[in-house]
Amino acid sequence: MSFLTKKADELLGWVDARFPLTSNVKAHLTEYYAPKNFNFWYFFGSLALLVLVLQIVTGIFLTMHYKPEALMAFASVEYIMRDVPWGWLIRYMHSTGASLFFVVIYLHMFRGLLYGSYRNPRELIWLFGVGIFLALMGEAFFGYLLPWGQMSYWGAQVITSLFGTVPFIGPDIAEWLRGDYLTSDATLNRFFAFHVIALPLVIIGLVAAHIIALHEVGSNNPDGVEIKAVKNKTTGIPLDGIPFHPYYSVKDLVGVVVFLMVFSAIIFFAPEMGGYFLEANNFVPANPLVTPAHIAPTWYFTPYYSILRAVPPIGISQFPGVAAMGLSVMVFALLPWLDRSPVKSIRYKGNLYKGWLAAFVVSFLVLGYLGTVPANVWGQFGAWMGKADIATVVARIFSAVYFLFFILMPWYSKKDKTKPVPTRVTG
Amino acid sequence: MHIKTQMKNAVFALLLLPILSFANTEVHLDKAPIDASNHASLQRGARTFINNCLNCHSASYMRYNRLQDIGLTEKQIKENLLFTADKVGDPMTAAISKNDAKKWFGVAPPDLSVEVRARGADWVYTYMRSFYRDSTRPSGWNNLVFDKSAMPHVLYELQGEQALDHETHTLNLVKPGKMSAEEYDVFVGDLTNFMAYMAEPAKQQRNHLGWFVLLFLGVLLILTIKLKKAYWKDIH
Repeated sequence: MSFLTKKADELLGWVDARFPLTSNVKAHLTEYYAPKNFNFWYFFGSLALLVLVLQIVTGIFLTMHYKPEALMAFASVEYIMRDVPWGWLIRYMHSTGASLFFVVIYLHMFRGLLYGSYRNPRELIWLFGVGIFLALMGEAFFGYLLPWGQMSYWGAQVITSLFGTVPFIGPDIAEWLRGDYLTSDATLNRFFAFHVIALPLVIIGLVAAHIIALHEVGSNNPDGVEIKAVKNKTTGIPLDGIPFHPYYSVKDLVGVVVFLMVFSAIIFFAPEMGGYFLEANNFVPANPLVTPAHIAPTWYFTPYYSILRAVPPIGISQFPGVAAMGLSVMVFALLPWLDRSPVKSIRYKGNLYKGWLAAFVVSFLVLGYLGTVPANVWGQFGAWMGKADIATVVARIFSAVYFLFFILMPWYSKKDKTKPVPTRVTG
Repeated sequence: MHIKTQMKNAVFALLLLPILSFANTEVHLDKAPIDASNHASLQRGARTFINNCLNCHSASYMRYNRLQDIGLTEKQIKENLLFTADKVGDPMTAAISKNDAKKWFGVAPPDLSVEVRARGADWVYTYMRSFYRDSTRPSGWNNLVFDKSAMPHVLYELQGEQALDHETHTLNLVKPGKMSAEEYDVFVGDLTNFMAYMAEPAKQQRNHLGWFVLLFLGVLLILTIKLKKAYWKDIH
């Protein structure tokens, strides 16, 4: 042993006597045994972590130049785009990162639906995940106000007004949230606080809990079998498990590079992404006196926004739509208890579950599209349907399918014809 | 109380708005001749913009010395273009004050720094060519792209005067200007090209850099795939 490695060993021993460094590296990386049959869908967890780090780092640099003040906010963003060296790159990384965060999270959640990753013993991982998803939606919403463009302003005005539909106390809640009668400087200032410190702290805490819970019970896999059930008798290592590091760290590196290629292609060649990532109307400074002709949320909120619009009001109260929208997001938390199938993975589930999952995905996409366009986009039915907007009727049907996927799950997941599950992973 | 009822109405209006939008028929927009690499066009457009638009509009996120991007020297900018500021590093402010402008036009002319990003180059290109005489408007002008626009036709001496044919909803030149129709199209094309550049000065750098980044990542991808295969060769 050379002098240097001996010294390094001594230093490590000194640290280990005071802090569980080696044992943590082992527990979470070199001796964390993950199933060896992860496929494409298993890239998105580590990618979500990557995007989180990117958002935090670019966010720190944006905060150095951004002014959370109604008269200066819009100008300070343009200042970043023009006068801050590489400011345009940091800003586009942050704005593109926001959208790609949702792309990655949606694919990560869909993986859970495919392979039953929310099932016993991973209910808490799933619940922490739903918490991250909700916090992320808040984070995106608060951040969207900061550029102080017309869409920022009116988006915030509409969403805070939704709280105004709550019976009796609604208007007071909306006013309390905004800190003013209208979205204003006070609103911008508090949204800035939520965006740069409150929600990031919540998200980081929940991500830590998500990973700790995952590493406690171990990862699920595309076969939905528990690798811990079959262990090497002498070493106690799962026969189908491989150490996360180096196997999955090098594999995830490939995913990271592919992700960065997509990320860079958008940043350098299409940062507005045809108006889906950065809306044209948000290049007009916020103006409380001029309402834009078409207000739509950013693409990642549009499925829920469609549900909000699809549910008819009771009398003059818009609350049913607002409640349905809230439910459509929260309902994911119930999945571990709605799924009664004897198997976890879609590989061994029958056509009933596959059909419902397909119907759910189609409704999510159709609702997502409809949320970006006005309700009269497909014209109207004839007099026999009371001249109703075709898109509204379609949105109502798919909203129903969206909820039925969850409501009927205890029934169809139990009745479904499943295939026998192997004892070992199938690769 | 009054504010609260107003707010309530505003909320309902907002929830209904997406239904009402796109109610008016969209005007056909002509394709703007955008070419960020054509410095001669950009420079002609900059001259037009500074000589005409900056009289009433500002472009306050754009600094004069940024025009070095499009091939001008600091000396050229100082001697030929620096009308509304003292220092070459100053932003492009409007020649008239906001309050005067509001008095004269009814609304303050908007800042044009990012106009092309807000409305699109095709919109600006078509708008600047779609003014017509309308005696019912206070300025005597109206616009086919932006009905009841408060802006008068500043360039009418160049384009001439157009009139609206109410049946076909098209514009006809009734009084020729100093330029032919083709010359005026090129003139507005250069102006639009400059405004597109000004809306995002970093765009060319961004497109240029993008290829190198993708090339680097492409090489890195090959290396990471090889690394992954090397580590995984004994996993079955």
